[in-house]
Amino acid sequence: MKHRTKISLIAGACLVLSLAASSLVLHRTDLLRPQATLDEVLFLNSPKLIKRASLGYDGLMACIYWTRAVQYFGSQYHHNTPNYNLLAPLLEITTHLDPHLTVAYDFGSSFLASRQYGAGEPERAIALMNYGIQNNPDDWRLYYDLGFIYYMELTDYKGAADAFDRGSRVPNAHPFVKILAAQMAQHAGEYQTARMLWSATYQTTKDKQIKENALEHLRALRVDEDVTHLQEAVTHFGERTGRLPASMTELIGSMGLPKVPVDPDGHPYKLTPEGRIEVRQPDDFSFATQGLPPGYKPIPKFHSQP
Amino acid sequence: MRARIAHIASNTFREAVRDRVLYNLIAFVLLLSGAAILVGQISIEIEKLVVINLGLTAVSLFGVVIAIFIGIGLVSKEIEKRTLYTVLSRPVQRWEFIIGKFFGLAGTLVVNAFFMAIGVFGALFYVSHKFVRADALILVALYFIVLEFLIICSLSLLFSSFSSPLLSAVFAFSLFVIGSFAEDLRNFAGMAHGLSRWLAMGAAYLVPNFSAFNVISSIAHEQPVAGQLVLHNTLYALFYAAMALSGAVLIFERRDLK
Repeated sequence: MKHRTKISLIAGACLVLSLAASSLVLHRTDLLRPQATLDEVLFLNSPKLIKRASLGYDGLMACIYWTRAVQYFGSQYHHNTPNYNLLAPLLEITTHLDPHLTVAYDFGSSFLASRQYGAGEPERAIALMNYGIQNNPDDWRLYYDLGFIYYMELTDYKGAADAFDRGSRVPNAHPFVKILAAQMAQHAGEYQTARMLWSATYQTTKDKQIKENALEHLRALRVDEDVTHLQEAVTHFGERTGRLPASMTELIGSMGLPKVPVDPDGHPYKLTPEGRIEVRQPDDFSFATQGLPPGYKPIPKFHSQP
Repeated sequence: MRARIAHIASNTFREAVRDRVLYNLIAFVLLLSGAAILVGQISIEIEKLVVINLGLTAVSLFGVVIAIFIGIGLVSKEIEKRTLYTVLSRPVQRWEFIIGKFFGLAGTLVVNAFFMAIGVFGALFYVSHKFVRADALILVALYFIVLEFLIICSLSLLFSSFSSPLLSAVFAFSLFVIGSFAEDLRNFAGMAHGLSRWLAMGAAYLVPNFSAFNVISSIAHEQPVAGQLVLHNTLYALFYAAMALSGAVLIFERRDLK
């Protein structure tokens, strides 16, 4: 073997070994300092400063901050951390860097607004949506999202009706928005309106994840509605007979139904000895608010088939 | 005259290629393909936006870095290696040397940008599976980036004609950063009074204004670019590059090369 080849082989082997050793040591060091590299830090929190510092490449910076917001939200949610302090600043920076990045308003507002699955800051979500509408006045989806927050998170029919009404006047707005505006103005039944909102979301979005999310909400709404009706029937039965129904068969017999109602997956609802109506597989209805065992904490998962 | 300029330009281009300048294309391809695959997994609904924003930003930044670091050595390196004396001992004018160097560097950057553009469109096709009419707007952004290169090439040559490579790099890069803030500088000038107003306004017009060339973000959102802006940017880049090259020629013509 030539001398030069020998040296090359030794140097190559040293390179690979050193790289492997340094990676191993770094991995061990990370274990000693858990979360050291993942601290919640927003070194620069002024959107204007970041825009200036981006030297005109603000579009790319907006994409980076949006990805950071998504990762932050996902990480907090995944680790069940109730603290979403950085979410609003991250979204504000993202939208300031690129005011036309509508996906940041669309998803960001739902991350911010939801009390059940998000930061529970509907007021900041509304401020974000208003900033989005100000910069993209011809995008009817933003008015729709704003109305959605007013209705779902604040139960503010007036605010929702106003948002849907403004959205319905935007050229090429989906016809649903006009109907929703009218429905909000009439303070329509909750389940019916919620179903309409989620159906509109399901039909108008092209995004697979939003579709799945809307579908999951529609399934949960059906469960909520069924359980509410059945629970009312249990109450009526108690008022009439002075006792709880002994079985689901007795309950549906008193309601005049031919068979036991089933959930969207085809499983019959069950009646507990305490007189509660519950679903058999609560994990399959992550957004349901009715029919869950006491103290049950849902784990969101999505179905791709209606 | 034209033949002499063309010879110097082609030699500058060949030298850049020999210096492995085009190797940056490998880094570009890795960056873009990595981003196209990764972003789909870690973010929501911005795959196409990222490919356009990252692709065009990389074309611009890689080009700016190449323009500065090659441009600053174009004259000083020839003096240091004493090859300039061989060139100038032939029937070549000093101004022809400067103009030839400029075209050589600009040509290198255009070729580099061309290959990068193919990469951007390739990545775009990978994430979208089709092209739409609005994708043609990317060509406008690329054209503006090339115009930006012309200005930076001419500035690098200007500094290279009288300063050391290190100082030239500092000057050129500083002007690039200041040029990105040129509109702010003009706004500050508008707020000042008296002499300071005129001085600030003069400085704002003297430094290159790169903000009008940056349409990457709006093109990523498929917003059209006004024809007037294309015309104005073209004229501005040509006039500004001509101004900087004239300065370089003026200095180089009077420089004592002994």
